[in-house]
Amino acid sequence: MAYVIGAVFLSLTGYMFVSSVSNPFPEATIRGWVVTSTFIFVLWSPVLTMRLLAEEQKLGTLELLMTSPVKDYEVVIGKYLATLLILSGTLFPTIWYVILLFWFGSPDLWPILTSYLGLMLFGGATLAIGLLASSLTSNQVLAAVMSFGLLLLLTLTNNAALVTIGLSATILEEVSLIAHFEDFARGIVDVGNVIYYLSVIAIFVFAAIRSLESRRWR
Amino acid sequence: MANELQTMIEVEGLTKLYGDFVAIANLNFSVKKGEIVGLLGPNGSGKTTTMRILTGYMPPSEGIVKIAGYDVLSDSLSARARIGYLPETVPLYQDMEVGEYLTFMGAMRGMNNAKIKTRIDEVVDQVNIGHYLGTHIGKLSKGYKQRVGLAQAILHEPDVLILDEPTIGIDPIQVVETRQLIKAIGKDHTLLLSTHILSEVSALCERVLIIHEGKLVAEDTPENLGDKLRGGEKIQVDIHGPIAEVTTFLRNIEGVISVRQNDMGDVVRYIIDIKLGTSLLESLADLILQQGWGLRGLNSVSMSLEEIFLQLTSSDLKEEG
Repeated sequence: MAYVIGAVFLSLTGYMFVSSVSNPFPEATIRGWVVTSTFIFVLWSPVLTMRLLAEEQKLGTLELLMTSPVKDYEVVIGKYLATLLILSGTLFPTIWYVILLFWFGSPDLWPILTSYLGLMLFGGATLAIGLLASSLTSNQVLAAVMSFGLLLLLTLTNNAALVTIGLSATILEEVSLIAHFEDFARGIVDVGNVIYYLSVIAIFVFAAIRSLESRRWR
Repeated sequence: MANELQTMIEVEGLTKLYGDFVAIANLNFSVKKGEIVGLLGPNGSGKTTTMRILTGYMPPSEGIVKIAGYDVLSDSLSARARIGYLPETVPLYQDMEVGEYLTFMGAMRGMNNAKIKTRIDEVVDQVNIGHYLGTHIGKLSKGYKQRVGLAQAILHEPDVLILDEPTIGIDPIQVVETRQLIKAIGKDHTLLLSTHILSEVSALCERVLIIHEGKLVAEDTPENLGDKLRGGEKIQVDIHGPIAEVTTFLRNIEGVISVRQNDMGDVVRYIIDIKLGTSLLESLADLILQQGWGLRGLNSVSMSLEEIFLQLTSSDLKEEG
């Protein structure tokens, strides 16, 4: 399944890359597909993560994992790292776009590197949210719906911030997954943004561990 | 040689509550190295809960559980490393191949690659699934899935093997094969298996623990329990005749444990509990006719497990009183 998801991701970004460089005044950047691919992640991560723990619960294999001589957090973190690996595996072929840019133009390397860092952090955060959703239910579809809903909400708060003012606008903008991403695409690595994504990852992975542990007490 | 056999499973004062519901109440038992012990009880009696606590899947509410000397709470990982467990619903990844699955399970138990390889070869031979190593688990029959489950449980050469209802839901021929397999495996493992089938216990186990409503009702060898367990045979006779005389007569027949009567107007229905092995069913009709009473009906009634438990609990009470 991961292959199919990966292929879909690549064909979409490929299309966006081509359309971003085939206008009359093309820019030698990858911003064209990088910013849009965050939206693809919002759709992509729930599907990639929905199976992780939900299926284990449905098949009863969770009982096997939890009675094996491994700690609960090892199970959860192992699963999370596996999805990160799939994420980077999917991003890896996009280096071809970068090679094409260097072949036909002279792009700035730095914004490209920061974009990839941003994509990994953004993707990692969406995967962590999907992981938690998957730990809460044995129904994969429900897990996907929950994480998709939460991800959509967290990206849309950015827009809601535009129509509000003052503290609420700040809060809405600060919690937005997208708002913290834009700097990376411009070549700016803000420590605050990095910490934001790492915190989201830590919080949701920790919650998933706790959610799994709580199954023992039910 | 140690003359005292090591205790592999030790359960002391085990209690499990689900909210207000008492699933297990003060359970005590122990299993020595090399024993095959059956945990017998009707559905909902606490078998699965007990096993889940033993395997470290859920914590006990109260009490101490030790596996090979390791506490399942404070030394959980060491305890878990020494257990092979086959839950009631066989935990298989349907889209993995058998070989992949076993390799994964070996790695989960911290075995190295070389060890996994040699053990898979041995285990696959033992449960006879050699032809299916490259088959997707989802495509196997239930009996074969059960074998893969067993293979997984014995892969890491655990000290203690815990099997929850290992023959449930598979067809009769495969049940026989699975039982033979378990018996063979039991030769070199300490084994605790749960079942609600009486014959399975006498076929496999050296010792039986009977639990009912979360309490240990009886604990003995199948032979010693035999009288109680297999004595659970009943005959129902409808006789037209003087109640008191008939009752005393029936009570005095050899092999009769107890007689209850139920007046149905024209005839009286007697329910007679008899010991197994007595051929009363055949001779009873003659005996009654010799007395000159009218015999209206005679048939044997098999007892349900529930009734046997009732009998066991009530006979225990009598012994105490």
